[in-house]
Parts: sequence; structure tokens; C-alpha cells
Amino acid sequence: MSFLDISGVSKSFGGNTVVRGFDLGVRRGEFISFLGPSGCGKTTMLRMVAGFEQPSAGTITIDGEDVTHRPPNARRIGMVFQAYALFPNMSVGDNVAFGLKVAGRPAAERGRRVDEMLGLIKLAHLKDRYPYQLSGGQQQRVALARALAPSPRVLLLDEPLSALDAKIRVSLRTEIRALQRELGITTIFVTHDQEEALSISDRIVVMSEGRIEQCGTPHEIYNRPRTRFVAGFVGTLSLVEAVAEGSGATVSVAGQPVTLAEPVPGSGRRPVTLAFRPEALKLDAGENRVNAIRGTVEAAEFLGSVVRLRVAAPGGTLLADVFNSPAAPPPAPGEPVTLHFAPGDVFALDGEGAAPVQPMAAE
Amino acid sequence: MSGARLGPWIVVGLAALYFVLPLVATFEFSLSMLRGTWSFEAYRVVFADPAFRQTFGFSVLAALATIVLGALLVVPTAYWVRLRFPRLRAVIEFVTLLPLVIPAIVLVFGYLRLYNSSSWLPFTGSAWGTNLLLVFGYVVLSLPYMYRAVDTGMGAIDIRTLTEAAESLGARRRTILFQVILPNVRAAVLSGAFLSFAIVIGDFVIAGLLNRPAFGPYLALIGQNRAYEPAALAVVAFAATWGCMALLQLLGGRAPGAAAAPLRTRRKAIP
Ligand SMILES: Nc1ncnc2c1ncn2[C@@H]1O[C@H](COP(=O)(O)OP(=O)(O)OP(=O)(O)O)[C@@H](O)[C@H]1O
Ligand SMILES: [Mg+2]
Repeated sequence: MSFLDISGVSKSFGGNTVVRGFDLGVRRGEFISFLGPSGCGKTTMLRMVAGFEQPSAGTITIDGEDVTHRPPNARRIGMVFQAYALFPNMSVGDNVAFGLKVAGRPAAERGRRVDEMLGLIKLAHLKDRYPYQLSGGQQQRVALARALAPSPRVLLLDEPLSALDAKIRVSLRTEIRALQRELGITTIFVTHDQEEALSISDRIVVMSEGRIEQCGTPHEIYNRPRTRFVAGFVGTLSLVEAVAEGSGATVSVAGQPVTLAEPVPGSGRRPVTLAFRPEALKLDAGENRVNAIRGTVEAAEFLGSVVRLRVAAPGGTLLADVFNSPAAPPPAPGEPVTLHFAPGDVFALDGEGAAPVQPMAAE
Repeated sequence: MSGARLGPWIVVGLAALYFVLPLVATFEFSLSMLRGTWSFEAYRVVFADPAFRQTFGFSVLAALATIVLGALLVVPTAYWVRLRFPRLRAVIEFVTLLPLVIPAIVLVFGYLRLYNSSSWLPFTGSAWGTNLLLVFGYVVLSLPYMYRAVDTGMGAIDIRTLTEAAESLGARRRTILFQVILPNVRAAVLSGAFLSFAIVIGDFVIAGLLNRPAFGPYLALIGQNRAYEPAALAVVAFAATWGCMALLQLLGGRAPGAAAAPLRTRRKAIP
């Protein structure tokens, strides 16, 4: 059994089911992200682990102990909120000491632990300040220290970086991850920012409408999305309609043959949707890039290290990121191009005639 | 100054006169006890009267008891309603506003009927019982102000998230209420306390009908029999009330924009 085990958990508010059949085992010391669009039930699931909501069905165990019906203050969890939620009437030191104080730890031990925690977040010099005298980033680091001070079994973070500006967001997420590794604490991190989830997680749980769509490492989620939803939600994707015939791994895109890594399931003549990551499409045919699709450049967007091309192909519009090279200017709009890719760089999505997935921009 | 600017100033000036003139007149009158000269003779007489000290002391004590009891009643109620029964907020607010609609005299007659010495709960059978009843009455009278102040104060902090943060750290409800919530609505409690204080010091109806030796009935009695002393008493009561307000501001006030800041840091922050 995993260290944190969520098994068959559902949650309804009135008649509205917001989490359904949620199964997840989290290993000790693992960093898990819940990723999904707004309203998909991430917070609700996290709050059930924390004990602020009661599951309508299912059980939650931590370290072998069934905590499903235990109140939050008996679960030994640490929680970090989007709005920091530091106690305004207490200094930074007192905030961090709060959990130890209610646990009845002696003053000397509290003092040591507070200093240790503030050292870890590098805010020892702000110990006597009050929350309103701190920046947002500092407040959130204090909130992190406060949650970690009583040595919780699980650390839960609900979009802890959403209220911060972009630069702090990136540096603080790195800091959170480093601290998590150092302390080896089992962590669940809720976010709707895919880049955040991809960059810091051991595993990502992609959720949609209260269900787990896919659970896997960032590499798996990004490169082998199992459902259309995951494919569309994580990363940018362009879709091309193709036709499969027979049981082979070759399909045809407007007459041009394309070889896939695996055969398309099913039989007979049937439509399939091919999905491409922008970085999979190249302008040159190298190594095992045996496939080619011809099209016309619609637009070229210069992004610095890469140039994003929009190419109109017979089966759909393709986005291709090609490396910027000082020697060769990118193709101009209207120019015909051939895009090359390897069989492993394309994946077929099931579901015929479904609407193309809209790549979600990171919010 | 342009004409457009002048208009509001005239209104403010008139309003100020409306409030200040009677005060000035009372004060002036209180100084003219000795013929042909201004003196504090009326104040000397008032302060020399042991009944003044007794009744004023009684009312101050009653006010403090009212504040403590009111806060103990209102803070947990407002907290619980906001946290658990947000839909009941309108109902509770309506209930707390009732004392503004129902005259105090109705309240006292109700009390006297319910708790007279031959009833099932004979509060009025003993002096301390009646005092207790008096304080209960005051708590009810000050409820609209206390509840509003505290509820507004709770609206200004995110009590739900603070509660959850404290819970996740292992705190129990009582700890949360007294160590997290109460300190953060202190300013609100204090402003409610000030209004309660003013109500208790100025009360005549409840104390009079329950026959308690409070300041209001004493003031009324003096008013019937003397000329200058009531004016002096009014000024003293007024000064005492404003003195209390200043004290509260000093103890619980906060700089605009700053979160509820403990005194320690505020002192440090002010050079
Ligand atoms: N206490 C509640 N009562 C009724 N419905 C609720 C309650 N809490 C959440 N919901 C509903 O549950 C659904 C999931 O909410 P949840 O907060 O878990 O979403 P989320 O994934 O965290 O979204 P976001 O990214 O916007 O924070 C929403 O449709 C929401 O309206
Ligand atoms: Mg949420």
C-alpha cells in the first residue's frame, strides 16, 4: 500500500458530483501535482485529503491509518493556501511556531525549530516582522515554513503561486521543490498551470470534470497523452485528419502516406486524428524522420530561440517550432515547405469526427 | 476659495454648530453657579457628592461587565455564523437589530414579568440577581452595535482560510477562536465596546425600572432638584465617554491600510 492512498473517493455537493471514483497511491516522499482546468475538482480532492471536506464515498489512508473520518486537526498534514493565510496578529516567528505551540512542544524546542525552518526558507532576518510587512513571495515562504514546522506527514499546496507575479512564481516553485526534496516530504501540489506541473512534479494527475484523465510522469504526460483531453490540455498540439486502412501502421494524410510507431486499432477504412507537438516537426529530413507532409507557410512567428511556423497542410493546420539559425532566415509566408517527422513523434487520437482540440494557453 | 468649494463647508459648519452649540451652552451654564463669575463650583459640588461617585462607579462596572459578556456572546456567534451558517447571517443580523426597534421599556417590563421574585427564575429577588439582569439588559441593548462591529471586523479578514490554516496545524476550535480570530477582530470588538459603554453610562430606563443605583437615574434625580449640577454632570459624563473613546483608539486603533498591527510593532514603526 502506498504512503498516501486515495481509493474510490467521490464527492457530491447536493446533486452535483465534482469528484468521481478517484484512485491514487502516492509514495512516501513523492511530489504529485493535480493539474486540470478550473472547476475540475482539484481543490475539492485536496480538501478531502486535508479533512476540510468529507468524501461522499471512498477512503483516504495516510501511512496505513484510515483518516477518512478524522478531523483536519488530527491528520498531521501541512497546508499552504493561495491567499497565504498567515495569522495577521502574529509575527513571522510566532506564525511558524503556531503548530508546535498547539502541539504543546516546549519553548526551547519551538525556538530551535522556528530558526531551522526560517533558515531553510532564508528568511531568518524577518523573524520579528508581521505578515503585513512582507511581500507576497515572502509571505508564501513563511506559510510554507509554518506548514512544515510541525513535521506533517503530507504537505498539501493549493495553487500556492497563483497570487504571485511571474518571476517569483518560477523561483519559488524551484525553491519549493528543493525544500520538498531536502525534507523528503510527501507532497500534493494543485495547479492549473501545466508548465508549473511539468517542471516540478514526480508525477502529474491530469483531471477533468472530477475524474483522473491520466496519471504519469511529466515525460509520459507530455509525450504519451492517453486521452484527447490530456493531449489538448498539456502542451501545444496541432491536429491533422487522416485515414487508416487495414491493420498496418501506415495512414494517409490527403494521399501522402505517414508511418506511425504503432498500428491504429480497428479495421477497415476509418478516420483517425494525428496529433503533433510543434517541436516534433522539422524542416529537414534527418535520421529517422521518414515521414513528410507538404504544406504552405501561413505565418512565421519569431520567438527568439525558435521560430513558430503555421503551416497549412491538406489535413489541417500544423504548428512547427524550428530552431532559429542566424545563417538561414525562416521561410516567408506563402512559401511551400515540407515538414519531416519520425514515426515516434506523432500519435493517433481515437474518436472520429471529434472537434479538434484547442491548445490551451497557459494562464 | 471658489463658491463650489464653499457650499460643503457651510453645511459642515452648520452641522458642527448644531452639535457643538448645546454642548457649549451646557458647559457655560455649568460654570455659572456662582453669581457674576465663572467657576467650577458646580463640579466641586458634584464631585463632593458620594452618590455621584457610587452611581458613576456602578455604571462603569456595569459597562465593563456588559462589554465582556457582550463580546463573549457576540464574537463566537458571529464567527460560527460566518463559518458554518452563512445563510443564517441575515436572520441573525435581524435579530440583533431588534433592540433598536423594541423600546427598552418594553424589554424591562418583559424582564420583570419573566424574572420577578415569584417566577421560576427570580432574578429580581436579590440585589446581585437584579444587577445580573441589568447587565443582561445592557447586553441586549448594545447587541446591534456590538454585533455589527464584530461582524464587519470578521468580514475584513478571511476567517474561513485562517481557521483552516490553524486547523491544519492541529489547533482546536477554542484555540482558534481565542488565539487567531479574537486578536484579529480586536479593533472591531473595541469599537463595539465603546458604543456599549456609551449606552450603559447614558441608560436611564432599565436601571430606573430595576431600581439600581446607576448613573442615569442619579442624573435624572439631580436634574429634578438642582439647576447647575446637572449641567456639570452632563459635561462630566460626556467627557468620560469621549475619554473612553480616546483610550480605545489608543489601545485598539490601527493605522489606515495596515492590518491589525500589534502595539509593539506600531510603536517601533513610529519614530
Ligand atoms: N462547498 C461547495 N458547495 C458546492 N459546490 C462546490 C463546493 N466547493 C466546490 N464546489 C464545486 O465543485 C466544483 C469543483 O470545484 P473545485 O474548487 O474543486 O475546482 P478546482 O479544480 O479547484 O478549480 P480552480 O482551478 O478554479 O480552483 C466546482 O464546480 C464548484 O462549483
Ligand atoms: Mg481550486
